[in-house]
Amino acid sequence: MTATVTSRPPATAEPTAWTAYSRWANRHRKWLFAAPAMIFVGLLIVVPLAWTAYLSLTDAQGSVRAESEFVGMANYLQVFRDTERFWPAVWRTFTFTTGAVATEMVLGMGIALLLWRPFKGEKWVRVAILMPLVATPVAVGMMWRLIFDPNIGFANQLLSWVGLPSQPWLSGQHTALPTLIFVDVWQWTPMIVLILLAGLTSLSEEPDEAARIDGANAWQRFRFVTLPLLRSTVIVAIVLRGIDALKTFDILYATKGKGGGSFHEVETLNVYAFGLSFDYNDYGIASTVLILFFLLIIAIMWMITYRRKGDR
Amino acid sequence: MTDSVTNLADLTSDAISTTAGTNQSGPERTLPRRRRRKPRAYRIFRVVILTLTVLLFIAPLVWMLVASFKTNVDIYDSTKTFFFTPTLDNYANVLGRNNYFSFIFNSFWVAFCSTVLSLILGVPAAYAMSRFSMNRSAMVVLMARIIPGVSLLVPWYFIFANLRLVGGFSVLVLSHMFVALPLIVYLMMSFFDSLPTELEDAAQVDGLTPIGAFLRITLPLSVPGLATAGILSFIFSWNNFMFALVLSGANTKTLPVAIFNFVSYASIDWGSLMSAAVIVTVPIMVIALFTQKYVVSGLTAGATKG
Repeated sequence: MTATVTSRPPATAEPTAWTAYSRWANRHRKWLFAAPAMIFVGLLIVVPLAWTAYLSLTDAQGSVRAESEFVGMANYLQVFRDTERFWPAVWRTFTFTTGAVATEMVLGMGIALLLWRPFKGEKWVRVAILMPLVATPVAVGMMWRLIFDPNIGFANQLLSWVGLPSQPWLSGQHTALPTLIFVDVWQWTPMIVLILLAGLTSLSEEPDEAARIDGANAWQRFRFVTLPLLRSTVIVAIVLRGIDALKTFDILYATKGKGGGSFHEVETLNVYAFGLSFDYNDYGIASTVLILFFLLIIAIMWMITYRRKGDR
Repeated sequence: MTDSVTNLADLTSDAISTTAGTNQSGPERTLPRRRRRKPRAYRIFRVVILTLTVLLFIAPLVWMLVASFKTNVDIYDSTKTFFFTPTLDNYANVLGRNNYFSFIFNSFWVAFCSTVLSLILGVPAAYAMSRFSMNRSAMVVLMARIIPGVSLLVPWYFIFANLRLVGGFSVLVLSHMFVALPLIVYLMMSFFDSLPTELEDAAQVDGLTPIGAFLRITLPLSVPGLATAGILSFIFSWNNFMFALVLSGANTKTLPVAIFNFVSYASIDWGSLMSAAVIVTVPIMVIALFTQKYVVSGLTAGATKG
């Protein structure tokens, strides 16, 4: 640590190799600091991504060491024509993401507004909502699997107490995806609460106070004062959560296993691509799906940030 | 024309009557009363809703904890939902027979190594990117937050399988750094952006080299930021499932993979599964409890910048 520091005045120091090196290092510190991380990112992210793009143009499958042939756009054509697995997976990815993120935003905004003004016991509420957030997703998946078990789960027990018929929850073909959206909402609404709360506490109270004096009711103050001021925070929350929701894998795979269940009922693009790669070793098609998935994420993120600039 | 005039007259008379109305009751009397009444109803509403919220977020976790102390017979018995004799058999089974101590160590070791290495690589990079506003380089690093992890897993699997490294710790650490490094760069960049440069400048005037000023002045001032980045990256690595699922071997299995493997058999041993789930979540919750401030500031970083 001290080795790189020339703490003495340069007048007494003889220009040795070390001081020359130190001077060189300090002059080039910008790239010296950034280079290791950049090299890591280049070797482990950019190169693999380029390789995935290349694999998507080949018929690579089976063993990792097997020969593969260049097939051009054939994989893409095959994937686009695939109405059995690919397009339903795209649709499920959209449903899951919009369903989860929209619910989380509404609930998160409500809870954040309730937590906004300080009160007694606020600390405990904050600790409580932090717990789902840090819980291991796989363990969360297993936990809900027990609660939503059709025969022994607490969810159906609760329904029977209030006289409702029991539900198949995770094992039903049409109930599995909504149930998993619920699990995602349970785990990630706290994240939205924390982000929005950070945004709310950074607002000054004057606009809200001014609107109150002008006679605006609570809803009007929220709709026309707080929400516009909170706009950029809301967008940050949607972007951050949206990226993660699109890529959700852990709870889907932990609760439904390979292929998103026997009818592929929760198979999103990420689960589909993972299955193609590591359950079927169909690397060529898997890479095609992944490249399309990646482009889709970028397009959605670009749209959100583009709209934001246009609105300003 | 006449319509608009009458409308205008109506409006004015309305306005006058409203003003008259307020004048009659007197603003000094209505305003304080309204202020007192509204918050009380709101306060009760708020307490009820927040209590429900806390219950909804905590109850499933409590349920998991309760089930981990039940025998499988009790779990299947709906009359013993709340009243049962607690047992530690599940924990004994998981820790003793299924060798969970080694999985705990694997998870810890991988999370620790990937966090430390990512800090060593990421902090200087974040500093350079913040101070020299290298926005394009930062974009490349932050791109990693968007890329789906599976798209890297295939090439990694190709490369590492050919190097015969799959199943070793080094591959796991490298793959977890893919999550940790961009996170650390992102968090530390916003931290360095908010850190004033005056102290570094003063240190350089007093004879420190720029690198010396970074090591001796900036880094000690960055301890809260480093704690935030380190804790969050540890949590994400501990919770990571997908990379270890593909890249870990029998000896390097991490806890989430071990839990997942529990259910690949025909019947599920619910009691042991829940105790395994408790074992993986409780350490991370305890860490989050004691470092709450840092965890929250890390999760909300960038929220107020716009």
